[in-house]
Amino acid sequence: MLDTLKLPERHYLNNGHGFKSWLLTKDHKRIAIMYLISISVMFLLGGLFAAGVRVELLTPQGDLFLADTYNKFFTMHGVVMVFFFLIPSTPAVLGNFLIPPMIGAKDLAFPRINLLSLYIFWLGAAFFFYALFAGGVDTGWTFYTPFSSFSSNTNVIPTALGAFISGFSSILTGLNFLVTIHRMRAPGLTWFRLPLFVWAHYATSLIQVLGTPVVAITIIMVAVERMFGFGIFDPTRGGDPVLFQHLFWFYSHPAVYIMILPAMGVISEVISTFSRKTIFGYSFVAFSSLAIAVFGFIVWAHHLFVAGISTYSAMVFSFLSFSVAIPSAVKVFNWTATLYKGAISFETPMLYVYGFFGLFLIGGLTGLFLATLGVDIHVHDTYFVVAHFHYIMVGGAIMGYLGGLHFWWPKMTGRMYSEFLSRISAILVFVGFNLTFFPQFILGYMGMPRRYHAYPDEFQVLNVMSSAGAGVLGIGYLLPVIYFLWSLKKGEVAGPNPWGASGMEWQMPSPPPTENFTEQPIVHGEPYEYTPHVAREANLV
Amino acid sequence: MGSFGIPLFPEQASTFAKDVDALYLFIVATSAFFALGVSIAAVVFGVIYRRRHAGEIGARIEGNLPLELLWSVIPTMIAMVMFGWGASSYYKMRTPPAETLNVYAVGKQWMWKFQHTEGQREINELHVPVGRAVKVTITSEDVIHSLFFPSFRTKMDAIPGRYTQLWFEASKVGTYHIFCTEYCGTNHSGMIGNVVVMEPAAYQAWLSGGTTEGTLAQRGERLFGELACGTCHLDTGKGRGPSLSNIVGKPVELADGTTVTADEGYLRESIINSQAKIVKGYQPLMPAFQGLVSEDNLVALVEYVKSLSPTATATPAGTAPAAAAPPATPANAPAVGEKK
Repeated sequence: MLDTLKLPERHYLNNGHGFKSWLLTKDHKRIAIMYLISISVMFLLGGLFAAGVRVELLTPQGDLFLADTYNKFFTMHGVVMVFFFLIPSTPAVLGNFLIPPMIGAKDLAFPRINLLSLYIFWLGAAFFFYALFAGGVDTGWTFYTPFSSFSSNTNVIPTALGAFISGFSSILTGLNFLVTIHRMRAPGLTWFRLPLFVWAHYATSLIQVLGTPVVAITIIMVAVERMFGFGIFDPTRGGDPVLFQHLFWFYSHPAVYIMILPAMGVISEVISTFSRKTIFGYSFVAFSSLAIAVFGFIVWAHHLFVAGISTYSAMVFSFLSFSVAIPSAVKVFNWTATLYKGAISFETPMLYVYGFFGLFLIGGLTGLFLATLGVDIHVHDTYFVVAHFHYIMVGGAIMGYLGGLHFWWPKMTGRMYSEFLSRISAILVFVGFNLTFFPQFILGYMGMPRRYHAYPDEFQVLNVMSSAGAGVLGIGYLLPVIYFLWSLKKGEVAGPNPWGASGMEWQMPSPPPTENFTEQPIVHGEPYEYTPHVAREANLV
Repeated sequence: MGSFGIPLFPEQASTFAKDVDALYLFIVATSAFFALGVSIAAVVFGVIYRRRHAGEIGARIEGNLPLELLWSVIPTMIAMVMFGWGASSYYKMRTPPAETLNVYAVGKQWMWKFQHTEGQREINELHVPVGRAVKVTITSEDVIHSLFFPSFRTKMDAIPGRYTQLWFEASKVGTYHIFCTEYCGTNHSGMIGNVVVMEPAAYQAWLSGGTTEGTLAQRGERLFGELACGTCHLDTGKGRGPSLSNIVGKPVELADGTTVTADEGYLRESIINSQAKIVKGYQPLMPAFQGLVSEDNLVALVEYVKSLSPTATATPAGTAPAAAAPPATPANAPAVGEKK
């Protein structure tokens, strides 16, 4: 069957050649590809910093780098991964590419603003690279005051401005998605016929638009205090250092949901496709995304349980923090129930989904320890927290992102990658990830604090396990670079719908033409419709 | 405790430790139940319902409302148990008993300085007696630090410009880690030390081992003189500043009509930022001592002012704990027993 497939003659990749045709494009798909390349570079850079950190921690003594160098490594690892990789990852690449076709549109509502958001992202990254080459920054990605406002003598302002500027890229992308989802749905595509990927991005966009301005203001306040000596956070000038933490986490806690919600959207699409079955409890999965986005805004002070907030407010925020756990649990249960009586196959995207399951479960459940006051006091700011958020932000978000990339790669490029190598990669990522981060839970409960350049001897065994795991994880992440690049020239031609998926994006040719659809699609049925009729049409029988 | 040679828990060396570990294990067990349940279901479904031929499609099942309610309500109830247990443990950690031994901790890039009311000063080392509630009043000279006693399962940030507090009752003699858990710059990971938990008798011996400066309150009294505080703060209440006798722990009426309780934080603020809260009936004449008095010396001054309120201070400064007969010791009965 497959050898009869040919790439379409005309598609978005060959519609115009040369740098100019890319840099001036208004095509959401080309912008997505440019984001893909940009954030892959940033991911590689962030990974190198992480490698430095893990190599240093092989021995208890701080013997590889100077303390200042180590501090810069973990800071730049965090800044790059959070602001320049995770926040744009799934939305800017997969969301950008897929939201218009998923709703039957030719492009986003504001194609020029979409390109602008990419340029703003690059500008923000340029500020970061300036800071990097000027000697780096050592505040931690959290920029806590008053350390960042008067104590650190590194490039705080350029780095902070980099995060500030790239924030606008995130705001504009979110705004674009919101308007697009409201205004550009195909005839017949009601809200409850939207793919759950679109729902997840709708919820994400709300956070991007409502939350990002707060961190932008906060960053400006740090810069103003540092440059002009205004007393905002510095207590010797009448400021309040803890105020910074409230403002910072008001955005940065919801920012975790900017990273994980789109990944959850990917999971819903992939799990339905590879089970050939509609999502169990569609409306519960859709509304749980909104619930996570809303509740995410009222839990920030659990980052401040040991920062001298009152006993009463700590209890209120502990209570509220549990509220986020429930919609997350509801999603997991519904996904599991979707598998029941499915017709399940295990190509690479589905392996990533299973990996996501394992890692997100651990990540989510360990969040309960941190919401529980009595336990949080002990594990706060230890490696327990490091392990927890890596399980969510790497285990959850990146597994989802990679699963999505493997799922839609044939749509984006028209070609298949090596199934064998990609399965190996999915397994290596899963095993390597657990080996890296599971020991850190134990380290944390043992009391090892975060951001330690040197540590007492008794923590060494677990640190060596963690560093060894990071090596495996690194290979797992590098493999896709190889087989994805290979597939561009040599990969089998995929055809429009290699997985037999039901989504509207699979009705386009692969790769799709610039205008996505030659005729305006009209939606008649429900999403995730896998009926014998559909199966015949998709040429699967 | 440990398994396969890898330690899993730090020592249980305070009265909090058992409760926190039990709560931790409860959440571990609950989490393991759910994680295994979902994982096993996913794997079993994956095997049973694997696709057997290319055209196979799944059953049409759209959802099930009772099931949705069930798996929303049950996790909520379990979460509320965690919340309640965690909140009650936390409440205990945040509520020191009336009778405590008081220690001051000042974080500074990159060391911990501890001051005992009896006058001993230590760096990166803290000596405490076993079986006695110890309250640590914490601040920082520069950036935010965090004082962490893993074996006691408690920590609290050291925040410049204000006092925070934690308390513990060590339950096991030994030497345990002190870590700084809030990133504070270059030598953050060098800001570590030891808490030495001693038998009461050994602690007494340690306390009486040489300090030439007198008690913390006596040092404060000298500073009080050097800074000429006494020229205005007369005991009679007729000075330009209010009398400092018997004010600690009591409400203070302010010029703007509000009332504050005179605690350590209020006393500290009134020294370094004297205009912030003006006592009713007085003029804002006092200079601000911001930047002129180190946190160590502020602690001494605060302790001296506290010593002027003998009814309010649980452990009168200058009195060795064993000699002090507390009026009532509700929460730390063992301490009473050990005095025999």
